[in-house]
Amino acid sequence: MLIFLNHLINGISLGSVYAIIALGYTMVYGIAKMLNFAHGDVIMVGAYICFFAISSFNLPPAVGILLAMLVCTLLGIVIERLAYKPLRQATSLAVLITAIGVSYLLQNGAQLLWTSNIKMFPSFFPGQPVELFGGELKITVASIVTVAVCVVIMLALTWFTGQTKVGKAMRACSEDKGAAQLMGIDVNTTISVTFAIGSALAAVAGVLFCSVYPNLTPTTGSMPGIKAFTAAVFGGIGSIPGALLGGVLLGLIEIFASAYISTQLSNAIVFAVLIIVLLVRPTGLLGKQIREKV
Amino acid sequence: MAEKKQFEKGKMVPVPSHSIIPERDLGTTPILECSHLGIDFGGLTAVNEFNITVGRTEIAGLIGPNGAGKTTVFNLLTKVYHPTRGTILLDGLDTHGKTPAQINRMGIARTFQNIRLFNNLSVEDNVKIGLHNQEKYSMFSGVLRLPKYWKREKAAHERALELLSIFDMQDLADHQAGSLPYGAQRRLEIVRALATNPSLLLLDEPAAGMNPSETAELMENIVKIRDTFQIAIMLIEHDMSLVMGICEGICVLNFGQIIAKGTAEEIQSNPTVIEAYLGKQQ
Amino acid sequence: MKKSYLSKTNWVNFATYGMVIIAFVVMQLMGSAGMLSSTIRGQLVPICAYVVMALSLNLTVGILGELSLGHAGFMSVGAFAGAVAAAALPISSAPLRLGAAMLIGAVLAGLVGVVVGVPVLRLNGDYLAIVTLAFGQIIKSVVENLYIGMDAKGLHASFLENRITFTDGGRMILNGPMGVNGINKISTFTAGFVLTMIVLVVIFNLVNSRAGRAIMALRDNRIAAESVGINVTKYKLMAFVTSAAMAGAAGTLFALGQNTITASKFDFNMSILILVFVVLGGQGKMWGSILAATFLTVLPETPAMRELRDYRMLVYAIVMILVMLVTNSDKLKGLAGRIIPKGKGAADNG
Repeated sequence: MLIFLNHLINGISLGSVYAIIALGYTMVYGIAKMLNFAHGDVIMVGAYICFFAISSFNLPPAVGILLAMLVCTLLGIVIERLAYKPLRQATSLAVLITAIGVSYLLQNGAQLLWTSNIKMFPSFFPGQPVELFGGELKITVASIVTVAVCVVIMLALTWFTGQTKVGKAMRACSEDKGAAQLMGIDVNTTISVTFAIGSALAAVAGVLFCSVYPNLTPTTGSMPGIKAFTAAVFGGIGSIPGALLGGVLLGLIEIFASAYISTQLSNAIVFAVLIIVLLVRPTGLLGKQIREKV
Repeated sequence: MAEKKQFEKGKMVPVPSHSIIPERDLGTTPILECSHLGIDFGGLTAVNEFNITVGRTEIAGLIGPNGAGKTTVFNLLTKVYHPTRGTILLDGLDTHGKTPAQINRMGIARTFQNIRLFNNLSVEDNVKIGLHNQEKYSMFSGVLRLPKYWKREKAAHERALELLSIFDMQDLADHQAGSLPYGAQRRLEIVRALATNPSLLLLDEPAAGMNPSETAELMENIVKIRDTFQIAIMLIEHDMSLVMGICEGICVLNFGQIIAKGTAEEIQSNPTVIEAYLGKQQ
Repeated sequence: MKKSYLSKTNWVNFATYGMVIIAFVVMQLMGSAGMLSSTIRGQLVPICAYVVMALSLNLTVGILGELSLGHAGFMSVGAFAGAVAAAALPISSAPLRLGAAMLIGAVLAGLVGVVVGVPVLRLNGDYLAIVTLAFGQIIKSVVENLYIGMDAKGLHASFLENRITFTDGGRMILNGPMGVNGINKISTFTAGFVLTMIVLVVIFNLVNSRAGRAIMALRDNRIAAESVGINVTKYKLMAFVTSAAMAGAAGTLFALGQNTITASKFDFNMSILILVFVVLGGQGKMWGSILAATFLTVLPETPAMRELRDYRMLVYAIVMILVMLVTNSDKLKGLAGRIIPKGKGAADNG
């Protein structure tokens, strides 16, 4: 029972990280209607920036995280402007190939800059794990912080898209870019803002992910990136609560699959879930049906 | 055309209840019968109680203000959308549960409001794709270039040029479809639809974007197509000169409901139609 | 007019055949004259395998118009099926054994293509791409956990853990994550050339036939293709499975030219590398895929380029992005004049 609880907590914690990454996918997909394949690699960049800030420049962790967020935000905007914006009218195949190119570029750029040697990400969450049941169940501070950060981000984003002017512009653009433009909304700026927010969240996710799985390499981001996309699809692409639900469910599936079925096959099981979800309910759990216009 | 469908002029037959013009000649059986056809999108009723019968060689017009549900009717007939209610009988056969491709093989071909050509392929290839189910041979005959391949390809080539000659387009056969001028693209769509050997041809705004002389030519050609192929044609059009000029039966749609059916004269003098188009008279 | 179009397509096809034949003859002559370094000679079979991989992926990406990110998975199926078949088949003639192994690799990869394709091809665009990626990962995981051995009684297989017990003289062929060791290298450049030619003939003849036109119609406009009576699933599956089978044959060719193969060789990076060949060579352009696959495999091995090897992947990525931008962005197509009529049109409407 305690082991089960332990897996449950690990699953929710990992799922919260997936949820934060999934937000980046879901917002960009909702507005730019593209799968930003490079999102996972922005996570990796964020983790590296934080790593160097803390271990090479001895900056406090908070500054490291802020720095990572800043760099990733800029990176996200630059990627969008240079690589994706010229392709607004292009086919989704062309955009996807470009996004894969960007992902490839970030990975190989990181490899040249920082080599492929594994960097051990420092654990900087202070304090002892919270002990329950007479010390038999330990909940790490990292887990608690991860879940808390995820909840705060979800609430903030829900408020942001629902109440603020920019947030409303984002929703308008996701419904109909042409109509939004006619209403005086600057579509390009709105898309940039979306990429900026998604990338800043990716930095946070990168730091959180690496404080649980500290092996940092240039390909660190690609697996969680793809899994988080799975989570976004699972929950329903374009939906913020969907990203949370999908992320947590996927985290639980992964942890339980590796604990009770097979460690080697846990990734295969996660991907099998993606395939089943897409076939049975392509709009995801909380997504809405989109009808093709003829 | 291998077999020409017989068009027996002036022979009266029992008239189905939904005919646009009740006294019209409908051949032995009508080609299309829709009963109580309707579709809801979410909670919104887009089309409701759509009852219509089209004769075997009739040119029928479907008109109505923007957003009346005209294209939705075409999408229902071709199963791009599946109807929420009602039945569609094509040549007496229920089309329930068919896919768009199966519907085409049953005999309905269509064009699209926003042109949908195979833009990267040649004009001739576009027509040959229309001949997909007419000149058949297996993938293996194709890959191994067996005698059947050469025979059928030759037949398809000749048939494609023959069909293109309806609109005098055989010289454009090697052009890329996407590079054609707008009017030629619309004509090519009609040729491609005709290549599938339909018994009912649906034209969605065939004259859109054409100038008056092009429209006049198109009118002649639509009648010519009906006469040559002996098929029924149903068209959506905003150009009233075209609709009133060639449509034998006209059906007016507003807010997804049929508000009038009849001949051109009847429609032009119908007060409900005038109200729908121009608003209430003071 | 008509003739110029037809002969243009034919001209490109014949030039492509010619290019491959000439390259083969030249390499053979240089080889027999001892003018090829051992590095290049070692690369000949992998180059043929990569060329076939690129051609087969181009069938999916360029002709069918769908992105497959799990193409290495089919190569993996072909590689391991072929390696096991070559080790197990009691055929003494090496070329015949290679041919039979390739056939088995192709058929098995084609079957996996059907299993993957039936569900996947119901999806479109990005979703289809991501699901092929998922299937590629699943194939890799499955192969990594598969154990196949052979003894006097025949082949034995076990999954996840090695539970195979042998009678006398039994041996492991596929050893889970360790892969297949001590492969008898029976792949030859000639075999690679023959496979390339067969694949080219199949693709060119397919494209210029009824089935090929149906496939391209789906690429250009699915809804219109359905409206003229084309069975979407049938033709999507036809292209996808043909492509998978070709990748399987390429996998066998590749595997039987190596000493050792492991499942991790055929990972997502391999899929992307093949995609780079297709994108750089041009979608739908078979000669482009051949050239890109050849040069991007050979160039990093040449002495002049060896120093820049570390930058290879970075350069590929940049070139890939640039190719997509230049071929797809209206602005970058250099048609500055386009902007002016656009503005005019807007003014007319207003």
